Amino acid sequence: MTLVRHELKQGRASFLIWTAAIGCLLAICIFLFPEMKGEMDSVNELFASMGSFTQAFGMDRLNFGTLIGFYAVECGNVLGLGGAFYGALCAVGILSKEEKDKTAEFLLTHPVSRKRVMTEKLVAVWLQITAMNIVVYAISVGTVAAVGEAIPWKEIGLLHFAYYLLQIELAGICFGISAFLRRGSAGVGLGIAAMLYFLNLIANIADAAEFLKYITPFGYCEGADIVSNGRLDGVMVAVGAVIGTGGILIAYRKYTRKDIR
Amino acid sequence: MEIIKTEKLTKYYGKARGILDLDLTVAPGEFFGFIGPNGAGKSTTIRTLLGLITPTSGSARIFGKDITKERESILQDTGYLPSETSFYPGMKVKDILKLSADLRKRNCGAEAKSLCERLELDVSRKAEELSFGNRKKAAIVCALQHRPKLLVLDEPTSGLDPLMQKEFFDILRERNREGATILLSSHVLSEIQRNCTRAAIIRDGRIIACSSVEDLSKTNAKRITVHGSVSLEHLSGIRDRKDSENSLSFLYSGDMNGLLRALSAGQVGDLTVTEPDLEEVFLHYYEKDGEKV
Repeated sequence: MTLVRHELKQGRASFLIWTAAIGCLLAICIFLFPEMKGEMDSVNELFASMGSFTQAFGMDRLNFGTLIGFYAVECGNVLGLGGAFYGALCAVGILSKEEKDKTAEFLLTHPVSRKRVMTEKLVAVWLQITAMNIVVYAISVGTVAAVGEAIPWKEIGLLHFAYYLLQIELAGICFGISAFLRRGSAGVGLGIAAMLYFLNLIANIADAAEFLKYITPFGYCEGADIVSNGRLDGVMVAVGAVIGTGGILIAYRKYTRKDIR
Repeated sequence: MEIIKTEKLTKYYGKARGILDLDLTVAPGEFFGFIGPNGAGKSTTIRTLLGLITPTSGSARIFGKDITKERESILQDTGYLPSETSFYPGMKVKDILKLSADLRKRNCGAEAKSLCERLELDVSRKAEELSFGNRKKAAIVCALQHRPKLLVLDEPTSGLDPLMQKEFFDILRERNREGATILLSSHVLSEIQRNCTRAAIIRDGRIIACSSVEDLSKTNAKRITVHGSVSLEHLSGIRDRKDSENSLSFLYSGDMNGLLRALSAGQVGDLTVTEPDLEEVFLHYYEKDGEKV
């Protein structure tokens, strides 16, 4: 586990910054809820009358007057985008940075198999994403309690679990991409996360594009569906698991044969 | 059993040539030099041997083990010093040395301390704050601290001051005496001549000569330096002629009696006849399409 420890140390600053940023934004959103709750009739009307925009964010199926309705849209977007960016950034540079920073010559001339290097790096990515989600979940639940609202444990738990799965899937995809890159990985990771986010918005707006929900992991993170169904869509999660696992397998296939220059 | 043995080792980068049909043998305990100009294939050879790149064809064995199938086992007893040294950002030298030892699952603390003292390396400083030479020293300690049986050194002295170069080669000679095999790739031919027992010269991806350093330096040409005035116009076998105000110097591989006659006909104040150094021989391997001088 030498490399896991090493990667956790290397990623510590990024972990602290992203966790603090997402945690703070979630806490701010939740702190705004009591104030907005009193004005919910007008807010609901406003949000329900924004056409495609309303549909895109599932606001036509959620009640903003409830904490969970508000949480699913506002906090869901913060956690969805922030978490996706962090997960993608963690994974997309984890292999490519060795060549970019010319440290591959140091690492890969030690008696460590490439498979072990990849496995330990992948474990480090998972640990960082998991730790970020635990801290953010604790901040969210704590903030809900602090503003005096009843905690909708099941719904909040499901929402956070869905976004955790999203980050793990995205990390798998980006891990696969990282094996091919030799430099400049951050833009690729952020671009993929943003593209998958917008694919979900398109799927929400246009019926003809609904199949996109099965491609993007944001499909099974739809707050309105999770809150109203009380569960995640198993098919979408399964497709996501296949895509994420595919990314990891491709990474192993590529990186174990890759010429390190 | 040879420490390094390659058979028709070939590497292409797409259509670009890396190395071609490379046959190389390094025996146990040898201090072996590897010489060649930029782009000749030295680094490709080293990177292939260390498993960083996969050969296109041919085979190579280190300690009798296949480089593609038993890479980890080979690297456990190999120390590698790259020509350019890069470390992870934010890490102190002592953390880098510890990481390197941990990756080998060895406790190298005592050896690392001794090497750092000899090379005057401050382990409490961050790697990115170090000068090029001090980063090189950190890489040297990484390569040596586990007391490897094989040392692969790629341009090891670049960035080291003369005193440190001397200390470094003292350490290498000690290790060599203790039984370690050393593959030294270098442009500094005097280093090869001083330290290596055998050497190979690589050009355009192929080994064009491989022999003892003594044999490589041996040539039928002599470096002749004459102070005075002589006419050499009718002599053949003169190369690399350098004229100065009252002297001239040239490599001579022609008839020695003819040279003596020419010298006796002129006014010679002083005369020296020396063996050409490896540098001169090496240059001729390139100028003369691989023919020996």
